[in-house]
Amino acid sequence: MSPDKIVVTMVGLSGMAFVFWFFLMKKEKEVQVSGSVDIVVEGGYSPEVISIAKGKTTKINFIRKDPSGCLEEVVLGDFKIRKTLPLNQKVIIELTPQRSGEFVYSCGMGMYHGKIVVK
Amino acid sequence: METKKTFSIKGMHCASCVAVLEGSLKQVEGVVEATVNLATEKATVVYDSTKVTDEKLSSAVSNVGYRALIGEEIRTEDEEKKEKERELRDLRNKVFVSLFLGGLILWGSFPGLIKTAPLFLQNFWVQLLLATPVQFWAGFGFYRATISALKHRTANMDTLVTIGTTVAYIYSAFVTLLPQFVVSIGIEPMPYFDTAAIIIGLILLGRYFEAKAKAGTSEAIKKLIGLQAKTARVVRDGKEIDILISEVIIGDSIRVRPGEKIPVDGIIVEGESSIDESMITGESMPTDKTVGDMVVGATMNKTGSFIFKTTKVGQETMLAQIIKLVQEAQGSKAPIQRLADLVSSYFVPVVLMLAIGTFVVWYDFGSTQALTYAILNMVAVLIIACPCAMGLATPTAIMVGTGKGAEHGILIKDAESLETAHKINTIIFDKTGTLTKGEPSVTNVVAFGGEDKDSILHYAAALEKSSEHPVARAIVAFAASLGKLSSHPLDKAIRDKAQADNIELLNVKGFNVIPGKGLEGEIEVDGNLKKYFFGNRALMTEKHIVFDTYEADIQKLEAEGKTVMILVSETGVLGLIAVADTVKESSKGGIEALERMGIETVMITGDNTRTAMAIAQEIGIKRVLAEVLPDQKEAEVRKIQAEGRVVAMVGDGINDAPALAAADVGIAMGSGTDVAIEAADITLINKDLKSVAAAIVLSKKTMRTIRLNLFWAFGYNIILIPVAMGVLYPFFGILLNPIFASVAMATSSISVVANSLLLKRKKII
Repeated sequence: MSPDKIVVTMVGLSGMAFVFWFFLMKKEKEVQVSGSVDIVVEGGYSPEVISIAKGKTTKINFIRKDPSGCLEEVVLGDFKIRKTLPLNQKVIIELTPQRSGEFVYSCGMGMYHGKIVVK
Repeated sequence: METKKTFSIKGMHCASCVAVLEGSLKQVEGVVEATVNLATEKATVVYDSTKVTDEKLSSAVSNVGYRALIGEEIRTEDEEKKEKERELRDLRNKVFVSLFLGGLILWGSFPGLIKTAPLFLQNFWVQLLLATPVQFWAGFGFYRATISALKHRTANMDTLVTIGTTVAYIYSAFVTLLPQFVVSIGIEPMPYFDTAAIIIGLILLGRYFEAKAKAGTSEAIKKLIGLQAKTARVVRDGKEIDILISEVIIGDSIRVRPGEKIPVDGIIVEGESSIDESMITGESMPTDKTVGDMVVGATMNKTGSFIFKTTKVGQETMLAQIIKLVQEAQGSKAPIQRLADLVSSYFVPVVLMLAIGTFVVWYDFGSTQALTYAILNMVAVLIIACPCAMGLATPTAIMVGTGKGAEHGILIKDAESLETAHKINTIIFDKTGTLTKGEPSVTNVVAFGGEDKDSILHYAAALEKSSEHPVARAIVAFAASLGKLSSHPLDKAIRDKAQADNIELLNVKGFNVIPGKGLEGEIEVDGNLKKYFFGNRALMTEKHIVFDTYEADIQKLEAEGKTVMILVSETGVLGLIAVADTVKESSKGGIEALERMGIETVMITGDNTRTAMAIAQEIGIKRVLAEVLPDQKEAEVRKIQAEGRVVAMVGDGINDAPALAAADVGIAMGSGTDVAIEAADITLINKDLKSVAAAIVLSKKTMRTIRLNLFWAFGYNIILIPVAMGVLYPFFGILLNPIFASVAMATSSISVVANSLLLKRKKII
């Protein structure tokens, strides 16, 4: 194998390893919320993981700053909520979860994900 | 520092709300002035910003029962629609420019066309000039989305398009800027600006059509919201005034003239009319309504004029509940979606790794022009992959399916119920109120032992007046009508009682209901207390009353599908009252439709076997569960489930809630304005038995659409990604041009949405 091919192979394998590490090995930072939280919708959800209290009402304010069509809807399937998020506008979702657990929500196409941990 | 703030308030309905809100806001320390406008539903507050916070204003509003929307901009539907139109126009312009410029580049570079192209278009520098605005202006959205996603360590469709087109663009720019260098490493200097530009144009075109098609999936909910009337003509102090629907309060009298929309729910107090309720129930025939009948907001008054008293306004109306239910169903997730969700969360990183792998393999093992093939095939892999189709496959079908259901008066609680309904192979029907009208009337009165018919009715009615059972109402009604022409004081008392619906007929002592069996009590007749029993066979057996002599009479009536009750005193059996409930017109057809679908139908009732069999036979039901006490219905459902059947229970949702909840799918025939029946998975507002079959057909068709969508979305990626990688090249010499990859990608998600929209055209009834 010629040196250029060895270099390309090495770089390629490292690239694949990097992609795996970068996208699939990320650690989610959980933000504890009481009362209300602003979630900025831009290339994903920030904060991505929030923890809220069981039985208490929490206001989740989604503010979409990303014009990508993918993010124009948010779906909280476990809570039967599908909301359109108009650009640069605050959309409030009030949740009073009755059971604890981890509830994943996503954009309308299921590409971007966030998580609500109920404790 | 003095600040002025205006914010919206939710929940206002009348002028008194204004005073309450202003008073509450003014009590906040630091508030100088507070004005609330009912028409605009907005409050304007002047306050000292060092003392007053948004939270304080918000709690002052919520303390008096309203909701302040501080910091939430409220945009009207029109504004949102305009913004959506602007976005689409913007997208269309980008599509046009990129496809036009991309087309010019293609003309100047594509092997078959190049000879016909003007010389300047064949110039690499001109191609670079034409490709640059496409890449960075039309494709700006891809870059922005990619950068924001990378900040979150996530990747999506945009990431793939950005990397794919950028690689093609940069390679082409490199070839244009340093052609000698490219030649020196043994590669023909051939740019691929056409690939980058056309891909961007086609993917944007796909998004344009997809956005238009997706808007169609939520059409049903928009239609429902659009049904809401804007104003109501309220009769106040003898005058009729038009007010906004938000200002209507419970108890208002509202005038509705021919051809007008009924604004909210209520009960007719004057006049009569024929009302078209098709928009809510899906029933095409108008319904005649008169004083005492219920009217539903958003339905259309046809011929007469009437006044009704409002019973439900705002979020409590039937229409508002339907909208809420449909919105919730559309927000829920079907279990079948789980796999697609799981795959799409790993999909893009996996495609990125495959693209890198493709480059490496082609570079290492490709023959001539290895670098060119490596780049082109890597770009093809990045462009062909379409995670959107997988993400759209289930929710678009669920949205169209639940919306279509609502149009036919079938309200589905969530996606899971819609999914389970297609597996149903046994349906248990509660008899009273479901298969029959639930309005029994007395058909026969048989007197024994010297008692005349009238006295039997008197005694029975006296016992029944304390019961809520529909039979009691029938007996009171019948007794009252029998005594209509009589001047006897007792008959008059029964008449008055029937009118007022709760009149003392005779003094009853020791009244007792024996559930599922009958009544007992002591009635004062001629100053003496006598013990009476009134009920079915089971009651007689329990009380050790011998009634063999009358068995033939009883059986004769039961064979006609009538419920027979026996009136007994201390001296023996006094007589029989037979009550029959009318079978609904739609019952036979509804059962036939289910039988044709191969679904077993079962009737469950507290009636004795003979009566139940007679009714079942009339309707066409073969399996009957008779003499089942109300609290045993749930157990009967579980017994059939234990036979390995997927069971639906159809009932009124009130008396049989435990059985509905126990069934795999609980179907409630809606009554009144309570559409959101908790225990039910599916609520049929129109009370038409054929809707049961329609709900199952809808579920089957929706599931078929979802399966086809998922098959297409998965199959597309599973087959075409390897083709783009070049797996067919060693055997057949087939490679996928990245431009064709972008055509396939753009059409794949559109085809999924279009397939879901086809559900709208499917017939379910």
